[in-house]
Amino acid sequence: MTPGLIYAVTGLLLFVIGAAGVVLLAHALRKILAFNLMGSGAFLVLVGLAQRTGGVDPVPHAMVLTGIVVAVAATALALALVRRLHVLQVELHAKDASVAETEDA
Amino acid sequence: MPDSLFASLFDPLPWLIVLPLAWASLAFLLGPGRGGRLAITSLALQLLLALSLSEQLLNEGARIYPVGGWGAPLGIDLAADGLSALMLLLTQVVGLSLAIYARAYFAAEASAAATWFWPLTGFLLAAMNALLLAADLFNLYVTLELLGLAAVGLVAAGGGAAQAAAALRYLLVSLMASGAYLLGVALIYATYGSVSFATLTPLIAAQAPQAVWLAAGLMLLALMAKTALFPFHFWLPPAHGGAPAPVSALLSALVVKASFYLVLRLWLGGFAPLGAAIAWLPGLLGAAAIVWGSYQAIRAQRLKMLVAYSTVAQMGYLFLIFPLLAADGLAFQAGAMQAVSHGLAKAAMFAAAGVLIHATGQDSVRGLGGVADRVPLTLFAFALAGVTLMGLPPSGGFLAKWLLIDAALHQGQWGWVILVIGGGLLAAVYVLRVLRQAFLPAADASRFHPVPRLMEWVAFGLAAASVLLGLRGIELIALLGVGGTA
Repeated sequence: MTPGLIYAVTGLLLFVIGAAGVVLLAHALRKILAFNLMGSGAFLVLVGLAQRTGGVDPVPHAMVLTGIVVAVAATALALALVRRLHVLQVELHAKDASVAETEDA
Repeated sequence: MPDSLFASLFDPLPWLIVLPLAWASLAFLLGPGRGGRLAITSLALQLLLALSLSEQLLNEGARIYPVGGWGAPLGIDLAADGLSALMLLLTQVVGLSLAIYARAYFAAEASAAATWFWPLTGFLLAAMNALLLAADLFNLYVTLELLGLAAVGLVAAGGGAAQAAAALRYLLVSLMASGAYLLGVALIYATYGSVSFATLTPLIAAQAPQAVWLAAGLMLLALMAKTALFPFHFWLPPAHGGAPAPVSALLSALVVKASFYLVLRLWLGGFAPLGAAIAWLPGLLGAAAIVWGSYQAIRAQRLKMLVAYSTVAQMGYLFLIFPLLAADGLAFQAGAMQAVSHGLAKAAMFAAAGVLIHATGQDSVRGLGGVADRVPLTLFAFALAGVTLMGLPPSGGFLAKWLLIDAALHQGQWGWVILVIGGGLLAAVYVLRVLRQAFLPAADASRFHPVPRLMEWVAFGLAAASVLLGLRGIELIALLGVGGTA
């Protein structure tokens, strides 16, 4: 087993673990972390497999860099959404609670 | 050479991507008022560019444009053929109409979404155009991600907790799908050392090891999830049904078509030798989508959910073509016609739904009583769009279904014919359900709000275009034939 193939198989494993996490975990933050694991797995496959030919191939490196930029942007958007959702839900609960209080009084 | 410099400066291909990017960024700085005017002007220009590109293609055949003069494999190529030109035309027509609609909509209905609508729409359309012109698998990944991020932003811009939750769910599905797609690209690159369509097609036809099968499976699954094909449709109704009307229209008419376009492109291009073995799968899922989406649309309580579930059903037709793809190109033409006519009809239907909701101040199907007297033009637009969805002549939907039935009969696959006709009947049930409510007397005549006429006319224009499309079928199919995908 060449080092390139080891990286690729590890990447595949990481991808599967991450994908399972996105589907199975309930908490939104964990889902986002799992997505990042998934992405890293795909990047590892890309870099690992492309090294099998011997020389260093710059094209997959460029792809992975682009992919990382996309993943960072997507993670930022997901985190912003989670935060907004949290704030809105807290407001909603507060409103419900105050309505319940006035009804009690 | 000044002559070629001049020609390349005014080449429509790069400008179709640069222009929306530019106005999106400017609209961000200018704010909604001036940003909206700028968007409409630029979209009119983009429509002219798409028209001139189509004319070029008809005269000269398919084109390749190396960005910045750096050709593949070092640089990035843009490619245009008949299919991409047709989808580009659809994108600019729907984009321009909805931009005009959105200006009136946001003027009539104060909403936080107005601030973000213009820049996000610009980025969405830039990503869409770039996707339609991409010539390699990795560029497609990037444009697919950009499209997804802009679409999620538009859903979330609606403001409430329900929209944010729908946007988050949409984002996670979209990201997971892109991850699977990227892994597919990695496996393809590892096998062949290239991601360009033109290079890959002969290589895959010559030899396809198991890694390529895995890659094709991953990519196809990812794109089906993004197209909201049954059983991956669960994210679509809350996301499309909860957003403001112009956003729902953009998402349902264009964004889901992008991933379908990609499936079609991959299937006809590189993955053609692999596709034949599993063609029944998208066909069956499409059939399930038609039945399930229509059933949910018939049961829906809220008007926009009804229209959103109708999208789930109509996307099913697009996947029926895969078992029927053959050398005669009938099924391919049917798929492209269905994509275009559904794009126009669904934009019209969501635009009309926006008017109905604004006029009645609520969005349940039950509360539509009396709208036939108040906004007859909009109701007519809704009905016309419904005619296309049902597939009645002379609409574009009729032409698409006719081609599909023709393809099925040619190959003796009778089952699909029954499904296509049955699906049209189901569409009639949910469209007529809305019309029936609309003609009932209003419960309370004082609750109607005035609606800007412009919104009504845009909805009507889009619906009329979707119906009249059937009459211009010959020209569209001629354009589709450019580049030999058909």
